[in-house]
Amino acid sequence: MTAAGVLTGQHFMNGDHACAEGAIAAGCLFFGGYPITPSTEIAERLARRLPEVGGVFIQMEDELGSIAAILGASAAGARAMTATSGPGFSLMMENLGLGIMMELPCLIVNVQRGSPSTGLPTLPGQSDIMQARWGTHGDVRAVAYAPWSPQEFFDLTVLGFNVADRYRVPVLLMADEVVGHMVERVTIPDPDSIPRWERKRPNGKSKAGFKPFLAGEDLIPPMVHAGEGYRVHFTGLTHDERGYPDMSAEAHDRLVRRLVNKIDLHAAEIIRTEGYHLDDARIVVLAFGSTARSARRAVREARAKGIPAGFLRLVSVWPFPVEELRQLAGTVDAFVMAEMNLGQLITEVERHVTQPVIGVQHAGGAMLPPEPILKAIEEAAGHGAG
Amino acid sequence: MAQARLVEKHPLDDIIRADRMPHIWCPGCGIGIAMRCYAHALLRSEVPAEKHVVVSGIGCSGRVAGYMNIDSYHTTHGRAIPFAVGLKLANPELEVLVFSGDGDLAAIGGNHLIHGARRNVDITVICANNFNYGMTGGQLGPTTPYMARTTTSPYGCPELPFNLVYLLAAAGANFVSRWTTLHVRQVIDDILYAFQKPGFSFIEVLSPCPIGFGKSNDFEQGIEEMKFYRERCQLGDGVPLEDLGIDLTGDRPIYVGRFVDRDAPPYTPVRLEGEQ
Amino acid sequence: MLPLECMLWSWPIGPAGERVLSMRVFARTPLDLEKMARPRGQVYLIPERCKGCNLCVELCPRNVLEPSPQTNSKGYHYPQIREGHEGDCVHCEFCTMVCPEFAIFTLEADG
Repeated sequence: MTAAGVLTGQHFMNGDHACAEGAIAAGCLFFGGYPITPSTEIAERLARRLPEVGGVFIQMEDELGSIAAILGASAAGARAMTATSGPGFSLMMENLGLGIMMELPCLIVNVQRGSPSTGLPTLPGQSDIMQARWGTHGDVRAVAYAPWSPQEFFDLTVLGFNVADRYRVPVLLMADEVVGHMVERVTIPDPDSIPRWERKRPNGKSKAGFKPFLAGEDLIPPMVHAGEGYRVHFTGLTHDERGYPDMSAEAHDRLVRRLVNKIDLHAAEIIRTEGYHLDDARIVVLAFGSTARSARRAVREARAKGIPAGFLRLVSVWPFPVEELRQLAGTVDAFVMAEMNLGQLITEVERHVTQPVIGVQHAGGAMLPPEPILKAIEEAAGHGAG
Repeated sequence: MAQARLVEKHPLDDIIRADRMPHIWCPGCGIGIAMRCYAHALLRSEVPAEKHVVVSGIGCSGRVAGYMNIDSYHTTHGRAIPFAVGLKLANPELEVLVFSGDGDLAAIGGNHLIHGARRNVDITVICANNFNYGMTGGQLGPTTPYMARTTTSPYGCPELPFNLVYLLAAAGANFVSRWTTLHVRQVIDDILYAFQKPGFSFIEVLSPCPIGFGKSNDFEQGIEEMKFYRERCQLGDGVPLEDLGIDLTGDRPIYVGRFVDRDAPPYTPVRLEGEQ
Repeated sequence: MLPLECMLWSWPIGPAGERVLSMRVFARTPLDLEKMARPRGQVYLIPERCKGCNLCVELCPRNVLEPSPQTNSKGYHYPQIREGHEGDCVHCEFCTMVCPEFAIFTLEADG
């Protein structure tokens, strides 16, 4: 059992390894992946650890096989994950859609590197953020988290599995190379204090006539696994509540809306943010991942200079915390969005607020330092605040 | 017996999704035949129906998953095998079968096909080979015979096809056989054999596709292609694997039979003692 | 000399349904043929599933079937028993196995 496998205690650990330990702690029993810098250490660690806890590690022939394999394992009832970076993430897009359509929980880690294309394999980037949102074809709602430390990489892996299972959706963990490769203290708790949210299961007695895609008010259909005797059909085609293909516009609209609304309805439970000095802030900085570390430093320095700056750290990047942003927009004069790309998440901020939004951007390759963020804060302060 | 009795229920209706009959395949299409061979084998299998799982890809063959009354997964194009591998490794008690077509398995799915065979994962793969991409209207595929006409080879296919038996044998599958939809008893027997045989089993079933392939290649109807199989098929015992290619031009026989039956160890995930 | 009915049953049947009389001299007919039981089948049809592909009609080894003049609601002519061949089905189940539509099957005839 995994309880014996959880490495409770204090560790000085690399981010990728912390992610792997988070998976073990969350009860992950299947990893199907392909080596790609800078995520390879996750695979290597799990190749060692999964056999110790009775799980399965398999290195697949490519990323397409990897994501297909974890969906299959999830369909059989296992908590399953894969880990990759930009180029592999692109290869996984089609089956990400399959996972959303079949409502198969799984965790997909993207330790982002310099993109596009082969880019900078060993250096950080944050330019796959919009791809996480829209990379797969069709109307979908992405669920994505961005850790800013090895500790959080551990924590968000546990959370990611829980969110995936509860809402029957693939969850994306959008780390970056800095967080993946840095070594910091990681505290792994007791197995008993690690929360585990189980998949919703059918509560009827009869298996005959069970409709695997019939959802109640929470829009989450109960999950059945292969071999449990329900004889259900899962398809990537548009389907009705029985799971049978239904090639009508009416069924398609009904299904796709439910899949989208399923996430929208529970957005408040899925979204995670962290605020620093927000109570009296007139300029708010937004950032995620390793950039957030620089952003926090910049905000502290701004405060030291007397500028009423605050920092909203995006722990989840999708769904975007629109409500929180709108609330802040009530009292804030300007926003600063710092990200290691040429302006992706900034578009989300811009469309929800009327205040000026200053972007601090870099295409990737080096962690965004605090200086340009501080400069942007000072520039924003010149817009009449503080 | 006087006349045929007209009824509404078929003895296999419990193992197929009878509420979805008639299925979508064309008159004379062999996929229905291959599917019923699977259904027959399933009923005779020692593994209970609840533990049988079918995984399919995209294409006409891919629709089989929707018609079998067992746990079924109709996945994306070419990715049925890795999905099936995930299912099987996560729950080894499942009897997992991939039912797919020549294009889905050997073109877009080719990489997964050879690696699945190389790893010798304990699944069964039925390849309904109808020499083209039928669902999308009859385009050429990796098994389209040389010079055959398809919508993307209107002047005759300039490519040489895969000899799937040879390919799978080289890749490492434990069991490889080829039959046609005429050889129904042999197909049923081989599926049953594959169920209980550890390792990767691959059963190629040549199948008529009257609309997609047959019409352009002198097989107006399914029955004509079935009669063609009857004339040209020959047991290929002793024929070297590299000579098992299919050629519709000329008079070469189409070799059928069991070609590979070996006992290489099936893929087993690493397990350590102690922490279990 | 054997009764006519036994001779009719035991002669090989050619592809067009004709009796291959020329083989009479060479084919061995068991002397106790009348006492031998042979399987007799009853054909069952689900007309709505038939797509008129004629695989059963053309591949039945006893040539029992032919397309009927009736059609189902999709316009396909489902098979019927050929006149005069009513007793010929031997329940070999080939039609059962080769029908792609799950539309025809045989069971042991009663009586």
